[in-house]
Amino acid sequence: MTVWIPLVAVTAFWLLVGAGGPLFVPAGPNKGIIQTMIVLTAVCCHLFWIVVYLHQLNPLIGPQIPVRTIMWIHEKWGDAAGPLVSD
Amino acid sequence: MDAIHRSEEISLAQIYLQNEAAYNCVAEMGELGLVQFRDLNADVSPFQRKYVAEIRRCDEMERKLRYLEREIKRDDIPILDTGESPEAPQPREMSDLEATFEKLEHELREVNQNEEMLKKNFVELTELKHILRKTQTFFEEGDAESQVFSELDMTDHAEPTSQLMAAFRYVFTTDSKNSTETERQALDSLNAEESPSHDNARLIQDRGDGTNAKAHLKFVAGIIQRDHLVGFDRLLWHACRGNVFLRQAEITESLSDASGNTVNKVVFIIFFQGDQLKSRVKKICEAYHATLYPCPDTPQERREMSIGVMTRIEDLKTVLGQTQDHRHRVLVAAAKNVRLWMAKVRKIKSIYYTLNMCNVDLTQKCLVAEVWFPKLEEDRIRISLKRGSDESGSTVAPIFHVMQNVKEKHPTYNRTNKFTRSFQNIVDAYGIASYREINPAPYTIITFPFLFAIMFGDFGHGTIMMLFGLFLILREKQLEAARIRDDIFQTFFGGRYVIFLMGCFSIYTGIIYNDAFSKSFNLFGSAWSNSINEKTLHDLISSGGEKILTLEPNVSYDGSPYPIGVDPIWNLADTNKLNFLNSMKMKASVLIGISQMTFGLGLSYYNHKFFQSRLDIIYVFIPQMLFLTSIFIYLCFQIVVKWIAYDYAGGYTKFGYYYPGAGCAPALLIGLINMFMMKDREKGFVVDNTQGSHEYLGACHTNFWYPGQSFFETIFLLIALACIPVMLFAKPYFLWKENQMRTANGHAQLKTVELILLLIALTMIPIMLFVKPLLLRRAHKRRNLARPASREELLSILTDEDSSVRADVNEDDAQVYHYEDTSDKPAGHGHGHGEEFNFGDIMVYQAIHTIEFALGCISHTASYLRLWALSLAHAQLSDVLWSMVFRHAFELDGYVGAIATFVLFFIFAFLTLAILVLMEGLSAFLHALRLHWVEFQSKFYAGDGYVFNPFSFEKILEDARNTEDTQ
Repeated sequence: MTVWIPLVAVTAFWLLVGAGGPLFVPAGPNKGIIQTMIVLTAVCCHLFWIVVYLHQLNPLIGPQIPVRTIMWIHEKWGDAAGPLVSD
Repeated sequence: MDAIHRSEEISLAQIYLQNEAAYNCVAEMGELGLVQFRDLNADVSPFQRKYVAEIRRCDEMERKLRYLEREIKRDDIPILDTGESPEAPQPREMSDLEATFEKLEHELREVNQNEEMLKKNFVELTELKHILRKTQTFFEEGDAESQVFSELDMTDHAEPTSQLMAAFRYVFTTDSKNSTETERQALDSLNAEESPSHDNARLIQDRGDGTNAKAHLKFVAGIIQRDHLVGFDRLLWHACRGNVFLRQAEITESLSDASGNTVNKVVFIIFFQGDQLKSRVKKICEAYHATLYPCPDTPQERREMSIGVMTRIEDLKTVLGQTQDHRHRVLVAAAKNVRLWMAKVRKIKSIYYTLNMCNVDLTQKCLVAEVWFPKLEEDRIRISLKRGSDESGSTVAPIFHVMQNVKEKHPTYNRTNKFTRSFQNIVDAYGIASYREINPAPYTIITFPFLFAIMFGDFGHGTIMMLFGLFLILREKQLEAARIRDDIFQTFFGGRYVIFLMGCFSIYTGIIYNDAFSKSFNLFGSAWSNSINEKTLHDLISSGGEKILTLEPNVSYDGSPYPIGVDPIWNLADTNKLNFLNSMKMKASVLIGISQMTFGLGLSYYNHKFFQSRLDIIYVFIPQMLFLTSIFIYLCFQIVVKWIAYDYAGGYTKFGYYYPGAGCAPALLIGLINMFMMKDREKGFVVDNTQGSHEYLGACHTNFWYPGQSFFETIFLLIALACIPVMLFAKPYFLWKENQMRTANGHAQLKTVELILLLIALTMIPIMLFVKPLLLRRAHKRRNLARPASREELLSILTDEDSSVRADVNEDDAQVYHYEDTSDKPAGHGHGHGEEFNFGDIMVYQAIHTIEFALGCISHTASYLRLWALSLAHAQLSDVLWSMVFRHAFELDGYVGAIATFVLFFIFAFLTLAILVLMEGLSAFLHALRLHWVEFQSKFYAGDGYVFNPFSFEKILEDARNTEDTQ
């Protein structure tokens, strides 16, 4: 479930920017340019974000970390919820 | 939409200008700066044009003004430059200006001439003054010595004023035997005494009559440059066989010559005997540019002369001062106006230059100009023309006639502001857009900094770059006013908005990469945690603690990824961080690259649509789109499906196949190659496709991973989206259906689907290659059949809007002029073909275009991998810089640590700026440039237009100013 919260939130944010932003551009000679810029910014930023997010969604490899660093992680970030492995 | 994405509509118009109003009208056009005059006299040499005389006069005025400016600069008088643009003066004012400049120049030249004369006089008099002073000392020394000698010799012949006489007599008396040996001895002894006056003895070879010698001995005095003296001395000695005596004295103060340079000079006096020697000495003096001055013999005369010279010098000084004052006054007055005058003269000149481009009408009463102008500005142009003719008092208003159906290539005019200009320049540097073609600049504003940022992504470096850009933008006014003429600075300053945006996007991608100077933030709490129990950890640490352990995803990973950006855990994974990031960046590059290419291809559709070329839409755009879709968009789709569908643990059935775990996640790159090679593979991952089985079926990650049925739906959707015309998609559809009938087992279908996709891609190539040229040929044949008869042709010439009557400037005959179709628009746009139909050309063009596209799709996709390569290089470099340089500071404790931190910080900061921000930034910039020019623009951009270059005073003056500055 927690997967969906960032996915929806960030997507909604960029959707809001990309679709809503152009509506608030004041009239003027540069209106078209500014609208194009806002839409493209939203598209590019969202594309890049979602690529990175999806890549981490189902990791196929785990990080290989020196024992001392694991100790540090154990102290600072805590242990996993499941049963711990002995080695 | 068209307003910002295409260049403006341009029309061609003829303007009939009354002779007397022409000047004013053109001046108004120059102030407006919106029309481009066409040169209607391109075949007339510049010297035969109508307003040659006026242009010459302007050149002459310009020359005078430049002379004036040079003189002003020489005197270091500040030139008033308000930068304002004066109204173009009326033609009648030209002679006033001319008279003013003539007067000024004349005055200045006269003053300069006088000054030069006076200075020359002054120099001469100063030299004379020095000669008199120095010779005075010679003669006085001589007096003193002669007294000594007279005592020695006990003779009373000694001339009291001449030291020479004394020396002469001395030698004469000691050398009574006329033998050379004794002479030499005497000379040596004299030399040994080192008294310059004793050198005189050498002179006297002719020692015949000592008493006569006094009477014949003469001297000349003069002045010579110090560096010439050695040669002069030697030549004098050789040429006169030692019969002259030279004395010299250096003038300690340095004199200035007539042109104002300082030179060191030496006063000399030469004694000799006889007229023959005199002429010889004089010739030598001449040859060495030594100036001789009259020097009286007696001390009284010399004294009087000296006094005379002094008074004259004083007089000269006052006159010289007055002259310089006058010159200064003239120049100061001129300095206030010289810029204004220059602007005026340049305006007049450009007006006449433009008028020279116009045609003279048959009646000689009016001029005909042809202008390109933006259609939207027609009203403003008309009003300006009206104002121009009113100013000149002409009764007849100029006629402004817009021409229809102009087939000639129109200029491309993209309106820019200071923000969009730099992006437009990036696009224009590749090629000016064809007329009314889609202008990629508005998209480039965002996509360029975005692609740059993917390669440059680092929060810290991006911040530095953004702040630098922001500084340039905020200080815009001051920096512009400073007029810094440094090339590198100008480049950065011109691209300040690009730099700013690149910085902003780099900050964003830096956050996504979770990289700030190669360090990560843990803002949201990592999705990973420790999975090793504490006891094991303690044991391992106590036994050395060098071991590296893997945190298995099934235990350590909590199921929902780090919300924004890369999880900070990967920054701690020394050994396999790159494995993870490379895979991510590679996939991101492919996805972003293919998105951009598809976007470019989409733009080509709007181009074809705009130019109403159905042929291009159906037979070029659609096959291209299909080609891209069937291979590359399919690849993107696979990437996304793999991300979502397959996880580490496995143990579930996906797409009808049992998936046992991470080892069997499909390898897409190998899959792509296999797709190309149509290689037969196993279906599914495990033997018999049974639940819970761990017996892998061959190399399970290269096997087929989903049945054809689901894939068919995907393809159907993609094909539908790409709007394949029935003709094209019917064939693959029936092929596929036939195949489905044959194979009852659904599992066998994947191979067929990929085969079909490949077939589609391959069939696209001949379609792209042949269909359009063939259709074009058919259309051409049809047109030939329906050709009008020759009589109708003649009629059509007379009624044709495309021709106009033009008169020659010098001759009285007129001709009907046809606008020949000079445009060589590529066949790709399906219009603009002339009467001559060249099947070969179109075929070659189409072949190149097709091959370029088909190969390009592959090579361009590979080319987008530079996004990955550069971002990898950037991240690695910044990582290395941190761990090799700055981190060492933290390994030390106490005072040493503090000092090391201080010192290493500066090294780290310098290297970060120089290598990571500047050099890496430059290389990322170049790669982003290439991706836009080649990979993006090649999909839709023809770029064979020419730029709209309106006649504008503002631009002319600005250009002139810039060339002046660079000189």
